[in-house]
Order: sequence, then structure tokens, then C-alpha cells
Amino acid sequence: MTVYFILAVSASAVITFLLRALPFLLFHGDRKMPEWLARLGSVLPSAIMAVLIVYCLRGAKGDVTHTGVPGLIAVLLTAVIYRWKHQTLLSIFLGTAVYMMLIRVIA
Amino acid sequence: MNKRELARYSFMKSIPILCSYLFVSMAYGILMEESGFPWYDSLLVSLTVYTGAFQFVLTSLLSAGASVITIGLTACFMNSRQTFYSLTFVDVFNRMGKRKPYMIHTMTDETYAVNCTLDLPEKERREVMFYVAVLARCYWMIGAVIGGVLGQLIPVSMDGIDFCMTALFVTIFVDQWEKAHCHFPAVAGLITGIVCLMIFGERSFILPALLVTSALLVVWNTRVEEEKS
Repeated sequence: MTVYFILAVSASAVITFLLRALPFLLFHGDRKMPEWLARLGSVLPSAIMAVLIVYCLRGAKGDVTHTGVPGLIAVLLTAVIYRWKHQTLLSIFLGTAVYMMLIRVIA
Repeated sequence: MNKRELARYSFMKSIPILCSYLFVSMAYGILMEESGFPWYDSLLVSLTVYTGAFQFVLTSLLSAGASVITIGLTACFMNSRQTFYSLTFVDVFNRMGKRKPYMIHTMTDETYAVNCTLDLPEKERREVMFYVAVLARCYWMIGAVIGGVLGQLIPVSMDGIDFCMTALFVTIFVDQWEKAHCHFPAVAGLITGIVCLMIFGERSFILPALLVTSALLVVWNTRVEEEKS
């Protein structure tokens, strides 16, 4: 383990922690979060989930057979199973199984 | 719920994280090993940095000998999305006392996602969040070590197992969709995400997407409030 490695990892760790802590550092004690920001925080979850799903499928256009088609099919399947049964684990399990099968069959 | 039931409930909630973390962090451990970093290096990074995608990028930066400044900037850029996650939980974590720094440190895409699904009385909700955070972090570190030590010995290709992370996000998305009386945030996130992906490309679209989505939501919130009053 070199000095370079330790420096680089420490820098990454500190920066990552500070980014996570930023809202807490800005607003504590008497300095309350402004109302517009609190409201933003409460509606962000579903918007962030949408962005994360896009993030997971980001390679779809560049790699149609590996990520694109299997990814879209498996995402839709997961969503349909969840709407139908409302079982998180079942939906994740079937969606992932179908995805793993499809990337082997299609590609 | 008593302590035992809470622990059980937390474990059930953490199973999707277990599936995705164990395999993703094993892949990470293998990558580190192949780049010449032994398992204890993987463990150290997973313990201190603890963030999925960036750890992979960090490995390639480290083996290329990139400057510490470059590494720091990349960390800033890739992990700035975590700031948005914290916004949702400022109030909750502030009431968690000694556990607060740990909760901040362990906020990831997946724990954020699970935290958003907890429909429990406030006190139990905080307990479950803490347990899930501890479990998820254990899965991640165990996977990294296993990957570094025995990664190359696993005979079957597990290619595609990381889809369980995507599937987890999808189930939460659908769940929130069903509970929401207005779908603007979900639709705004989806469309902004796709548009930003097309404009900024795979590597750098997530920050602009989050910024634009947040701006849209702030404007939308203000208008909703105005209509109410």
C-alpha cells in the first residue's frame, strides 16, 4: 500500500462523505431548511427512481443486444409483475432471471 | 414490533440489496485483484469510500496513476447525486443522535431506495433504516473481499446479476407511482433523464439530469402552493 494509494483513497472518502453530509452541514440548529427545499426533498424520491432507472439502462442505445432489448423487456416485466402481485422479491427475482437468460440467448 | 421482528423485517427489506451488492462488490474485488490491488485494499476502499460506481472508476484511475486532484474531482462529479438523497432525510437523520454520521456515510442509491419504501411508525422506521444501513455495508465489504480472494475460482458466469439493482428501482418506482396522487415528479424525472442521457452521454448525464429535475420540481411545487393559497 503506497502513500499515493492512501492519499487517493482518503481524498475520495472525505469528498464522498462531505457530499453526503452537505445538506446536514448547511442546515442544523437554528438554520432550518427553507421550505421550498424541504418540499423538494419530499417529492424527489420518485423523480430520483426514474433517473436511476434511466441510469441503469444508459448503455441501451450503444449496446442494443446486450443491454437494450433484454434490459427494456426485463424492466417492463418487473413492473408488470409488481403491479400484479405487489411482491418486491418475486418481481426482482423473475426480472433478473429473465434478464440473465435474455442476454445469453439474444447476444 | 419487538427487536427480533425489527431485525427480521430489516433483513427482508435488505434482500434486494444483498443480491445486488454481493455480486457487484465481488466484481469490484475481482477487478481490483486483476489491477494488482490485494483484497485488503478493496476492503479499505469499500470501508472508507463506500460508493458503487465510483469505486470501479477509482480502480482504473489508481492503476493509471491519475493525480489525486483528478481523483477528487471525479469523486465530486460522480457522487454529487448523494447530496440529493440526503435532502429527503435531513429531518429523520437529525433525530438519530449518535447514529447520524453513520447514516450519512452509508447513504447509497440502494439504501436510499429502501428507505423510501418504509411505511412504519417513526421510531421503528429509524431502527429499520439503521439496520438496513449496517447490513448493506456488510454485504458490500464481504463481497469485495470474496471477489479479491476467490473471485477467479467461481465457475459459472454471473453476468447480468447486477440487474437486480435495476429491478429494485423499478419496483419502488411502480410502488410510488401507485401511491402518488400526482405523477409529475416521476414523469419529470423519466423524461429529463432520457433527454439528458441523449445530450450529455452515458458518462456524465446524471448530475445535469438531477439538477434539471430538481429545478422543475421546485417550480412545480411553488405553483402547487400558489394554487392552494
